[in-house]
Amino acid sequence: MTVTITSPAFKANAQGAIANAQLQRALSRGLGFVARRQQAADQLPEFEALRDAARDIKNHTFAHLDLYLETYEERVRAQGGEVHYAVTAGEARAIVLGICRQVSAKTVTKGKTMIAEEIALNDFLEENGITPVETDLGEYIIQIRRETPSHIIAPAFHLNKDQVEADFRRVHTHLPKDRNLAEPATLLAEARGVLRERFLAADVGITGANFLVAETGTSIIVTNEGNGDLTQTLPKVHIVLATIEKLVPTLEDASQLLRVLARSATGQDMSVYTTLSTGPRRPADPDGPSAYHVIILDNGRSAMLGGAFQDMLRCIRCGACMNHCPVFGVVGGHAYGWVYPGPMGAVLTPSLIGVDQAGHLPNASTFCGRCEEVCPVRIPLPRMMRSWREREFERHLSPATVRGGLAFWAFFAKRPVLYGWATGLAGRMLAFLGASAGRFHWLPLASEWTRYRDFPAPQGKTFQAQWKRRHDRG
Amino acid sequence: MSARASILASIRRSLGVTGEEAPRRKVVADRLRDHPPGVIPARGQLPPAARIELFIAMAEAASATTETLDSAADVPAAVAGFLRAHNLPMAIRRGEDPRLATMPWQREQTLEVTTGASMGDDLVAISHAFGAAAESGTVMLVSGRENPTTLNFLPDTHLVVVDAKDVAGDYETLWQRLRAQFGPGMLARNVNLITGPSRSADIEQTLILGAHGPRRLHVMVVGERD
Repeated sequence: MTVTITSPAFKANAQGAIANAQLQRALSRGLGFVARRQQAADQLPEFEALRDAARDIKNHTFAHLDLYLETYEERVRAQGGEVHYAVTAGEARAIVLGICRQVSAKTVTKGKTMIAEEIALNDFLEENGITPVETDLGEYIIQIRRETPSHIIAPAFHLNKDQVEADFRRVHTHLPKDRNLAEPATLLAEARGVLRERFLAADVGITGANFLVAETGTSIIVTNEGNGDLTQTLPKVHIVLATIEKLVPTLEDASQLLRVLARSATGQDMSVYTTLSTGPRRPADPDGPSAYHVIILDNGRSAMLGGAFQDMLRCIRCGACMNHCPVFGVVGGHAYGWVYPGPMGAVLTPSLIGVDQAGHLPNASTFCGRCEEVCPVRIPLPRMMRSWREREFERHLSPATVRGGLAFWAFFAKRPVLYGWATGLAGRMLAFLGASAGRFHWLPLASEWTRYRDFPAPQGKTFQAQWKRRHDRG
Repeated sequence: MSARASILASIRRSLGVTGEEAPRRKVVADRLRDHPPGVIPARGQLPPAARIELFIAMAEAASATTETLDSAADVPAAVAGFLRAHNLPMAIRRGEDPRLATMPWQREQTLEVTTGASMGDDLVAISHAFGAAAESGTVMLVSGRENPTTLNFLPDTHLVVVDAKDVAGDYETLWQRLRAQFGPGMLARNVNLITGPSRSADIEQTLILGAHGPRRLHVMVVGERD
């Protein structure tokens, strides 16, 4: 499976998603996250103060990122770990392959890591004769379907259980054909059994990192399943993939962020397993990897520092923005066409793959602002989406019809008297034509609108005319 | 130019710094040395007895089961009782933690206790926690011969003993204890913060326990609770 970027086809993707009954059935289940997040926030009086603290810690870290990175590296090495640097996705892939080849790795287990998606690691490993095995249940399901994740914390969000059952039956051919797989619990039990064998056999385990702690040279992963832990503890080698903005200064800073992460993502106070990893096994340890490698990747992050989109680097990948987004809730994650969907994807993707490819994404927003309201690190997502739209416009990337339409409207908007006259005339015409029915089932120039909803006929005078009359009177 | 030099240079260029500036270096050194605590929820800031009650309530809310015992000597009998109540074979695996080793296991003659890391065949394991955080019902376990990490993840059922005096109100208290044990800037290979048994909601958002880690987590709070 090669990962192709389909962000330029967002509009077509979205239409397909809306027409997909299976997908719509799956998406309608997403509202649970919204309610649970609210409940968790309501039960913690300090939640808002913690969001401020989380934002401030990230901002402080970015202002001193070079120094914290140097400290982090020194601490990792002091405790027996190795640190590698990669500027690009290609460099990161090569380093992973090199480490795997050193130990003649045949299979690699993987904890959930969006960075691995970003650098298209799985395909690359397969091309080089190494079998990657996803261990997060959702990631495993989409791996056997040869799909990409549709949500950054619930990768199989777009699927229903009958689809999962069909895939398990297709792939797990060593199990009895007449077995019962009707309920999620039976599917989970089967996955647990299948993956337990893969965990024990793996030569290398690859995880991401929710945070890197400079003070102690520690990587932190957060899971509910425990798959990240089995991935990193059982094999001889543990590789951590992390981009530079994952750094936080101290353990206390990490716990500030941990307090808002799970609450924002799933409504839990803490995820089941929050694991701090520091170096390989110590001489007296009876278990653990003998080698611990951290690959620090840039892939466009350092260029975002000090610029208009720096705030986007604060993202802790909780998924709250997409859980609350009315657009994501209708089209799902695959429509966005690359690794990161929803509001955070709309802002981050243009920075990473260019606004020429990803320009549709920041336009797929009504600016309702729910994303910014729930972001645990207070990223001003709508403002940054607008920045992208401005850049697109300046670079003449918007379609001619959009540019023409905006230019037409701008002509009138810059001439208030003419604007008032034109809208008044249009209003009187529409009022006349729509007087009997009160609404229009179809309007020229607004046919996309009237395809799905009626347009109301204006009643009385325009707002501006009424205002002028009352103003002049009073 | 190495990737390392290139990334550091790029960061410094974006921030408009050289990296040599003394005030910035001092700010960083101060924060790393002083590790200021930030916002700590009031909910865990309770006297010991109330703190333990909160810990138990939060752990149970996360689907762990709990019990309280007056002394460490009561643990083997409690373990035997737990295994019988759940129809589990009378066999557990533990690490070399002296607090577990000195418990009177010999009183439970039908209970087979083995020692060491898990290879994947153990149904039940017992660990002694480094401490716990009442604010979320979380236990903290530290890797090593005393409490091998594989005991936390491979067995079906995980029993965790935590001393009542080690139940803190918040994570920050536990970070300080780790520093006291391991020294500044150092940690064990793994520190696990565990809140309830393993679970997944990846299939139709239905929450099910027992994904890859233990299906059951049973926490035993031992000792005087005030």
